[in-house]
Amino acid sequence: MLKIEAVLQPSKLDAVKDALLEAGIEGMTILEARGHGRQKGHTEFYRGREYTVDLLPKIKIELVVTDDQKEKALQAIIGAARTGRIGDGKIFISGVDDAIRIRNDERGEAAI
Amino acid sequence: MHCGMKLSFLSAILGIPSLALAQPAAQDTQAQIAALQQAVKSAQAASASAQSAGDNAWMLTSAALVLLMTGPGLALFYGGLVRKKNVLGTMMQSFAMMGLVTIIWAVAGYSLAFGPGNLFIGDFQHLFLRGVGLAPNPAYAPTIPEQTFMIYQLMFAIITPALITGAFAERMKFSAMALFLSLWSLIVYCPMAHMVWGVGGLLNASGGHIPSLDFAGGTVVHITSGVSALVTCIYLGKRAGYPYTKMQPHSMVISFIGACLLWVGWFGFNAGSALGSSSLATSAFVNTHFAAAAAAVGWSIAEWIRNGKPTALGAISGAVAGLVAITPASGFVQPMSALAIGFLAGFFCFFMVFIVKGFFGYDDSLDAFGVHGAGGTLGALLTGLFAASVINPVFKDAAGNPLPSGAIDGHWSQMLNQLAGVAISWSISIVGTLALLFVVDKFVGLRLSPEQEAEGLDLSQHNEEGYDLNS
Repeated sequence: MLKIEAVLQPSKLDAVKDALLEAGIEGMTILEARGHGRQKGHTEFYRGREYTVDLLPKIKIELVVTDDQKEKALQAIIGAARTGRIGDGKIFISGVDDAIRIRNDERGEAAI
Repeated sequence: MHCGMKLSFLSAILGIPSLALAQPAAQDTQAQIAALQQAVKSAQAASASAQSAGDNAWMLTSAALVLLMTGPGLALFYGGLVRKKNVLGTMMQSFAMMGLVTIIWAVAGYSLAFGPGNLFIGDFQHLFLRGVGLAPNPAYAPTIPEQTFMIYQLMFAIITPALITGAFAERMKFSAMALFLSLWSLIVYCPMAHMVWGVGGLLNASGGHIPSLDFAGGTVVHITSGVSALVTCIYLGKRAGYPYTKMQPHSMVISFIGACLLWVGWFGFNAGSALGSSSLATSAFVNTHFAAAAAAVGWSIAEWIRNGKPTALGAISGAVAGLVAITPASGFVQPMSALAIGFLAGFFCFFMVFIVKGFFGYDDSLDAFGVHGAGGTLGALLTGLFAASVINPVFKDAAGNPLPSGAIDGHWSQMLNQLAGVAISWSISIVGTLALLFVVDKFVGLRLSPEQEAEGLDLSQHNEEGYDLNS
């Protein structure tokens, strides 16, 4: 089992969610985050004082998928989120030791 | 000539038979005259009663409008400009004034401000509002109950110390603030109000030694609060991390709503100072609106030129600056003068906030001095320039004929009187505020500890949070 963490532009959330559902992946966790990679922020002005805002709003999607689903999931995310510009985001993949369904104690891939 | 001859000929002809009926006709005419006199008297009484009813309705409405300026107007305006962790604490400072100043005013404040006393302060004859009933006090407002006048003036006494809170935002203890501002209202506000508006006051426009024109409180409210704000923010010192740490407004939306409530409420502040629903109230109403609009445009233009974009904060700050500057002038100047005063205030206060504040480096957190102190000073001086007797014949000669009001009428020496009023309000503010800050600091301690300041007013002073949107 693998964990996929994708940091995305907030405006791409709906497209990515729909693409994942279409690819047959239903379970996901969405978090509101702030951050930046190479993107510059912007400046705001209040009564003559300049403030640089470089922590930009982001959306983070976390999915746990089986090894077979991994490529489908990645294609769905990248296809929906890519614009070609700086700020598109990043995806990180890590291993998952176990997964448990709270409702009925199912474990492993059956729990995903 | 032709007419006149015909008329006298006619009355001569008609007069002859009436002489024959002189005796009984005279009695009828007497009765008719008496009835007519009675009718005129009732009509006059009805008219006076209607005028009184109109005046009282407008004055009670104005009092409500001025209170609205503090709560929630100023509370929202200031609340949105501070960081989220301080929003409730900031709003509580305005609300505390609504509670505390009311009690102080009812017990002693009204008496000290408007009781006849001496040149500088009233007396205690109206302690606990003794003698202040529903009959009018002809010295102040002959057509409304004195309690209407009292409650209207109370709303001014409430908002004035509330304005000062803008200077020491995010760093003063609630207990110290409550004590400091309560005492301030007694030793700075009441004497100033008495000098400018009280019977026998030194600066009273009608009969004072130095007649100073201040229609709704440019000196009494804005200069005192603005200058006291400057003194306080310098005494207290800057916020931790100022000016390098990010300290931007947490909600421009809330500040925007507050500023609009201030604009609307100001109609009560200025037009209500006519103390009746008269054409003078109309003048003040129109002037107030014109100045606010012109100043918002003026500040926005200045900001657009200097920073490349007009901001919402700039526009609303500009409007407030215009409202401050027109306050002393509102019942004395013509509408076009109000536009000019507004424009000048927009540019001048922009300069004070953007350039002067940065140059000197004081942390006047919400620009109480830059807008109220500076705007009030400018407005008081421009009042001397633009006051026109055609709008308000405030100066009269022995026969009751109107005399020139301001420089625009040719009365240039009025500028000196205005300067005197400005100087006195600056002085009493500086001296009174310094004395109080020193005393309160000794007994209670003014400033939050560094830990409390980091935690924020809401949690450290009130054990509350302004927003808990995830609950």
